Amino acid sequence: MIKLFHNFEKKDYLFFLIVIFLVVFSVFLDLRTPEYMSEITKLVQTEDSTMKEILNAGSHMLVCAIGSLICTICVGFFTSLLAARFSRNTRRKIFYKVENFGLAEMKKFSTSSLITRTTNDVTQIEMLLAMGLQMLIKSPVMAVWALLKIVGKSGELSVVTGIGVVIIVVTNLIIIRIVSPRFAKIQTLTDKVNGVTRENITGIRVVHAFNAEKFEEKRFENVNDDISSTHLTVTKTFAVMDPIMNFVMHFQHLGIYIVGAYLIVHSGMLDKINTFSNMVVFSSYGIQVIMSFLMLTMIFMIWPRAKVSAERINAVLDEEASIISGLFEGDTKEKGTVEFKNVSFKYPDADEYLLKNISFKVNQGETIAFIGSTGSGKSTLINLVPRLYDVTDGEVFVDGVNVKEYSLKELNNRIGYIPQTAVMFTGSVFDNVTYGDNGRENPTLEKVKEAIKVAQAKSFVEKMDKGYDSHIARGGTNVSGGQKQRLSIARAIARDPEIYIFDDSFSALDYQTDAKLRSELKKHTKNATNMIVAQRIGTIMNADKIVVLDKGECVGMGTHQELLENCDVYKEIALSQLSEEELENA
Amino acid sequence: MPRPRMNYQEKSKDFKGSMLRLFKNLDRWRVSLVIGIVLALLAAVLATIAPNKLADVTDVISDGIKLDVSKLQDITEEIYKHNFQDFTYKGVLITADDQKKYVSIIKDMDSSMVTENLLAKLDSFPNSIKSLIEPKMNQKELKKRTILLGIIYLLNSLFGYFEGLIMAYVGIGYSKKLRKDISLKINRLPLRYFDSHETGDILSRVTNDVDTIGINLSNTITSFVANVTLFVGSVVMMFVTNWMMAITAILASIVGFFLSFLLLKRSQKYFVQRQKELGDLNGHIEEIYSGHNVVKTYNGEEEALKEFDMINDRLYQCNRKSQFLSGIMQPIMHFIGNFGYVSVCVVGALLVMNNRISFGVIVAFMIYVRLFTNPLSRIAQSMTTMQSIAASAERVFEFMDEEEMPKEKATKIIDRKTALGNIEFKHVQFGYDENKMIIKDFCASVKAGEKIAIVGPTGAGKTTMVNLLMKFYDIQAGDILIDGISIKDLSRENIHKLFVMVLQDTWLFDGTIRENLRFNHKKLNDDEIWELCKAVGIDHFIKTLPGGLDSSVSDNEAISLGQKQLLTIARGMVEDAPFLILDEATSNVDTRTEELVQKAMDKLTKGKTSFIIAHRLSTIKNADLILVMNEGNIVEQGTHEDLIKKKGFYEKLYNSQFQK
Repeated sequence: MIKLFHNFEKKDYLFFLIVIFLVVFSVFLDLRTPEYMSEITKLVQTEDSTMKEILNAGSHMLVCAIGSLICTICVGFFTSLLAARFSRNTRRKIFYKVENFGLAEMKKFSTSSLITRTTNDVTQIEMLLAMGLQMLIKSPVMAVWALLKIVGKSGELSVVTGIGVVIIVVTNLIIIRIVSPRFAKIQTLTDKVNGVTRENITGIRVVHAFNAEKFEEKRFENVNDDISSTHLTVTKTFAVMDPIMNFVMHFQHLGIYIVGAYLIVHSGMLDKINTFSNMVVFSSYGIQVIMSFLMLTMIFMIWPRAKVSAERINAVLDEEASIISGLFEGDTKEKGTVEFKNVSFKYPDADEYLLKNISFKVNQGETIAFIGSTGSGKSTLINLVPRLYDVTDGEVFVDGVNVKEYSLKELNNRIGYIPQTAVMFTGSVFDNVTYGDNGRENPTLEKVKEAIKVAQAKSFVEKMDKGYDSHIARGGTNVSGGQKQRLSIARAIARDPEIYIFDDSFSALDYQTDAKLRSELKKHTKNATNMIVAQRIGTIMNADKIVVLDKGECVGMGTHQELLENCDVYKEIALSQLSEEELENA
Repeated sequence: MPRPRMNYQEKSKDFKGSMLRLFKNLDRWRVSLVIGIVLALLAAVLATIAPNKLADVTDVISDGIKLDVSKLQDITEEIYKHNFQDFTYKGVLITADDQKKYVSIIKDMDSSMVTENLLAKLDSFPNSIKSLIEPKMNQKELKKRTILLGIIYLLNSLFGYFEGLIMAYVGIGYSKKLRKDISLKINRLPLRYFDSHETGDILSRVTNDVDTIGINLSNTITSFVANVTLFVGSVVMMFVTNWMMAITAILASIVGFFLSFLLLKRSQKYFVQRQKELGDLNGHIEEIYSGHNVVKTYNGEEEALKEFDMINDRLYQCNRKSQFLSGIMQPIMHFIGNFGYVSVCVVGALLVMNNRISFGVIVAFMIYVRLFTNPLSRIAQSMTTMQSIAASAERVFEFMDEEEMPKEKATKIIDRKTALGNIEFKHVQFGYDENKMIIKDFCASVKAGEKIAIVGPTGAGKTTMVNLLMKFYDIQAGDILIDGISIKDLSRENIHKLFVMVLQDTWLFDGTIRENLRFNHKKLNDDEIWELCKAVGIDHFIKTLPGGLDSSVSDNEAISLGQKQLLTIARGMVEDAPFLILDEATSNVDTRTEELVQKAMDKLTKGKTSFIIAHRLSTIKNADLILVMNEGNIVEQGTHEDLIKKKGFYEKLYNSQFQK
């Protein structure tokens, strides 16, 4: 937690100091108020006091109250500034950090966890700062100061006040002990309630088809029982809190009175008056002391949650981005070539290699395809080219230069990458196709239209209500999977790259569209190099070179016909999809 | 102590209606609710009485230190009367020595002396005289009053505790019921609802909205009742005591309330805005993080960062303002209290001087002013909480009011064991939108054991057929007959019993393999489960998993998509039904698993009337009937040979697999 606050800037420290100063001052003023209050009470009760005296004391008290109000407002201003600045800066830091992550780091944390770390976790700490900072400073100052005002005045009355404080602190600590772990449990149970409900909804067809409604209801009832009983324990525990607080405060007050009365009876005239005024002072400051301890325990409640959040944030900020940009930006001798030299890859903390000793070279205008069963490493292989991962051993060359030497920007300018699941951004169709930056000027509408046409997306885009300016909803929910994939291919085409990388980008398309798209693409980009990962034999049959992968190893390389003759794995895959006769016709 | 929670709220559309309905809905807890309210009321009444009683105690104690100077006068006179001889005064013997001592002390005293010195002198009086003039505390009275006050305080706390306890049961019981109602509702809604609504929206109703209601409702009701009682009580008490002072107290507070009301309104605006910006930022982050590979490879980082900074800055602004405005509410209320206090004292003193009121009135008003300002701010608070409760309740009720699947008039039953497996489509018409038929006059007759394939490009509406067969959606015109009986005469449950359905999206729930395979067939034992696994050829794989049948299905990277598909097939095999709906394996499954899946599916289709949604045309060439769908419509139907000869859409589709 403290480590996270090292991210404070100079300005923040200044604000922090101002806040401390203001809080101390407001406590000073706050503690004056009871003094004026008792003075006014005394004046009102004394028959011969004048109006002027009352007005005098009253205006003093008002000045104090206004002063304290102004101070607290300023404190509020600075803490909210501090909290908002902190959350903005931290959030930005995390976001910048994540933007520099490679896929390995993304995988390590998981996307959804990174999202919560950037949003909810930051908000948690922001809340702690906004609500807790003031309390954190105020309560000890208040407690100590109020104690100073009463300490040494009366041993007996101090004991009474002390007992009250001890009871409050102990009960609060017990309550926190009971409640804290259950709060965490409620969080997981809420996730479970969500999970079961989500499953019921996503599987609604299956549930109905199996007449399993009762089964699902029972499953829900179980989690519902769990969460309700945990909730009940927490709420029941909390129900004790208020009454106990009231009880202690009231009885402390009463106790001070009783003890005070006893002392008065058994003391001389001079002490009687002193004891009486002590009694009044104790009863008003005693409440302040209790209140400040109350505030302190409240911080104990927010603290653990914020601490967990802080740890989660720190984990992201401490993670070193594994992929570091090179410096090379300039012309290369070769164009459109990709070469793998003895490339092996494994995840940093894994034992098994995902790719072993892969070598090949593809030249400008050629198409190279990769096929193999799931887990054979073909996606990973293709991801090494744009450095979404870095090789563990060996080298990858693009245009004859090692990919690690390029500046990432320069490397990406040469590549058009189409991922397995299409990614859409909020904005228009046009925005989506022109997404990013290829180091040249932005594509014109003409170019976008051309790209969309090649990607076989023209017909549906033009049918959309605003054509190329039609809005794509968040996550692309208003277009179908196949449409998204075609737009994402159009995006790569508009980029006009030397090398296309299709990471299983065709599987969302039906055969017809798939075939049409590839033939149009071939016509459109004669000089571009294509790297294709695919599941369907039909998609890759005509590639210049097909690499067959099995468990991370290259078990065959050649054309379709060659492989059919000499590669068993390839033949097996082909036969599982097309009949012998169909293969021959093809 | 309030629990820290996000403090934003939505406006409800029909506050009164939703709240009324909420209370109607609480009928099961009505008695508890009433008891809770009564307890809160009693606690509030006790809280109004307590300050008065405390003032009484203070009075008794302060009487115990009040010195009656006239007593000194009396004694002095007495002494001179007896001329320094022992005498008894009010039952106390005063010796001549004491008298002399007294007179020597009193000689040095005069009214201009500092009080402290004066008191010190009094302390040095001889004991006999001291005992006469010393103020006596009425200890009996004190004891009585302290005990009374103690009882009031104790009862106040006890009532408060029991009220909290009862309301905890009410609030949690009610939210449990709401959650259950929603869960039941889910299974009673027509599929149309889920096809047109987002899952996330329903989920947020189950959790967020129900929590908002459950946590806040019970507290808010009682706090509202208690504070209204306190408020009304103190206003009444004030006016009864003195109307001029009452008006002073109210006026002094009203200025402050007006101020804080304005603030609240202002901060509300920023809270709403903050929520919106937070949503935007979340959306942006989600988009960029989940599209990380595209953002990186398209050099989109700068753009993403730019947009992020923009939203982040906007959020920063509303964050700052909303936190600030909501943070200063408390100090302002605190100030109002102090301001009211001073006003009452000043105006009160003025009135005292004009002999309009007594001191006691001022003292009482000092307490009333506090009693009056605190509940007002709490009432304002509970009003805003009630707004968000109403908004949440509205969303929950809206869901509960969704039209359910129509009640069925099932007049006939087909037994699964004796069913033949014939199906006939008679002039079926259907459209998701009633004005836009997508299946127009579809006729087909399928005999028991036949294989019907549904083909078409992605998004052609192949699931429409599943929807109609399973009666997930009702057809608009025409009829579907199972063994000659119209599905309109059959219950959905009966139809579902006749069909085995295996869908492409491998739906498995978060649980063990055993639980998933058993699903709702409670009686299935492990032997039978292994039997199923063997049938689809996944038994060996499950044995290799560390937990065997107890392995968890979700988040288990060891189980591939294809294996999940096999599990769903195994689950489907449990029911030996005459009809089968089968969605072919996805292209995402690797080829080896795919073969297994294919084999399992073949086994499943044996002897059944099967509907197969085909992605790979080579596997369905031998189907008895092929339905070709495009853009929602059935565009062609017939056998493979017929359709190839026709040279229509199917032929094009078929040949595209081999296209160069």
